[in-house]
Amino acid sequence: MHRTWALYKKEVRSYFVTPLFYVMTAVFLCLCGWFFYSDLNFFTQFGFGMDILSNFFQLLFVDMATKVMTFIVPLLTMRLFAEERKLGTIELLFTYPLRDGEIVAGKFLAAATVFLIMLAGTLLYPLYLFSVQPFPFQLVAAGYSGLLLLGLVFIAIGLFVSSLTDSQVVAGVFSLFLVGVLWLMTWNEAAGSDQVMTVLKAFSTFDHFWNFSKGVIDSSDVSYYLLIIAFFTILTLRSLESRRWRGRR
Amino acid sequence: MIDVERLRKQFGSTVAVDDVSFHVKRGEIIGLLGPNGSGKTTIMRILTGFFPPTSGRARVGGLDVESESIGVRRLIGYLPESVVLYPDIPVARYLRFCGEVKDLRGPKLRSRVEAVIQAVGLGEVRKREIGKLSKGFRQRVGLAQALIAEPALLILDEPTVGLDPNQVIDIRNLIRELRGQSTILLSTHILHEASIVCDRAIIIHRGHIIAEDTTEALNRRVQGFYQTLVRVEGPVGEVTAALQAIPGVEQVNEDHVPSDATTRLKIVSRDEAVRKVIARTIIDRGWSLVEVSPITMTLEDLFVRLVGEERRHEMRVN
Repeated sequence: MHRTWALYKKEVRSYFVTPLFYVMTAVFLCLCGWFFYSDLNFFTQFGFGMDILSNFFQLLFVDMATKVMTFIVPLLTMRLFAEERKLGTIELLFTYPLRDGEIVAGKFLAAATVFLIMLAGTLLYPLYLFSVQPFPFQLVAAGYSGLLLLGLVFIAIGLFVSSLTDSQVVAGVFSLFLVGVLWLMTWNEAAGSDQVMTVLKAFSTFDHFWNFSKGVIDSSDVSYYLLIIAFFTILTLRSLESRRWRGRR
Repeated sequence: MIDVERLRKQFGSTVAVDDVSFHVKRGEIIGLLGPNGSGKTTIMRILTGFFPPTSGRARVGGLDVESESIGVRRLIGYLPESVVLYPDIPVARYLRFCGEVKDLRGPKLRSRVEAVIQAVGLGEVRKREIGKLSKGFRQRVGLAQALIAEPALLILDEPTVGLDPNQVIDIRNLIRELRGQSTILLSTHILHEASIVCDRAIIIHRGHIIAEDTTEALNRRVQGFYQTLVRVEGPVGEVTAALQAIPGVEQVNEDHVPSDATTRLKIVSRDEAVRKVIARTIIDRGWSLVEVSPITMTLEDLFVRLVGEERRHEMRVN
């Protein structure tokens, strides 16, 4: 625990000393702010006869997830292992008395913390709205839980991809691809037979986000996300282990 | 401290280390000598738990490097060949991180960080980011991180490579000062370095140990002959003939260096006393003697001899 904490502190600090973090946070907040403004405008102008607030939040959370997080989170995770491989610092890291699990935990938690900070920044927008027009708190709580879990899924995927390569760009692009595929695969219902689509839907991160965006936290969705996180974390551990037989860093 | 038995490491079809066995006692300073690609780094990486051997066993402080890897890593301080450290972290903070992952904390951590900063002379740059340091300072930070948890075994992979002569001397002195505190295994391809720092040298060639002895004994064993460089102002042919005639001189070879107007000769002899005769002969003949100096053996020479010995031995066995 103590060692994981030491690595965690180092990782979080290294985010804060690079301009990338500040640029990404600024972009993240701007884009989320833009969707907040435009989605709210849309429903206030065209939403007669509908439940404006729940519809608005549903659209906002889906926009934040698909149009912002999908692109920003892979940028956050791409350096985690790729940079250490490129620099060569990973050799020393592997010879410190750290278990692979402790290394992965330290890095995962650091990226999660940074993501949490970015996401917490966007809470300003609903807080502002609440001061103008109060709404049931549950809507926002469920949506943000979904965004958080989804972010952790993306981080787990990004961490795994980053452990495969020494190029940050390759790691970033390939994470984006994987994250994208998990989203897109059920978009076109005509693309597969009913049976295929049922299976794909069970695995699609998008279909599990739907309930959250509507203000509902379903334990099956939560377990799905936790399983995906566990799955990619195990893959990451396997990938680190490969140095034992590959003999390279 | 180190017990290595029949170690073998294979990467695909390439055998990097084959049938290597050696033992290192507590407190010894051992040099692993060999040209690049001979398997030194592979042996060190196995000992540090970076990867396990394909077969054979390695134990450090009685612990198996494979099954008790974390325990072994706690005993070790390691300086990799090309020390790369996180460039955007300040020196003192980085050393604190290294101490923390090695289970130091509280006042002990603070005092160790101070102690290594003093020991390797990093006081003036302690707040500077590692990426902004010169290579010599970075090497010291590398050494400092290896020393932080007072390791029982210090593994240094080519600790002086790429440094300027002053820095090389500094690092060698540091290593010598560590005698008695840690057992040290260091790799080098400079024979001279091994002879001034190490108690014993293990010579590796293509993944095999071809000799293991004190550096002095190795020198004696290999140098059944002496080499002398002579620089003379005089006609090449005559000088060569005159020196060749001296009893005890086995070979005289011209060593042509374009920038040098004098006649340069390399002389191989059976004993050292011949040098005096050489000097007297040249002066008696009226030539100007510019230089007589012993040619110290390089690792390459040692290698040629040792590999030759081994081959002769093999032929006899077969």
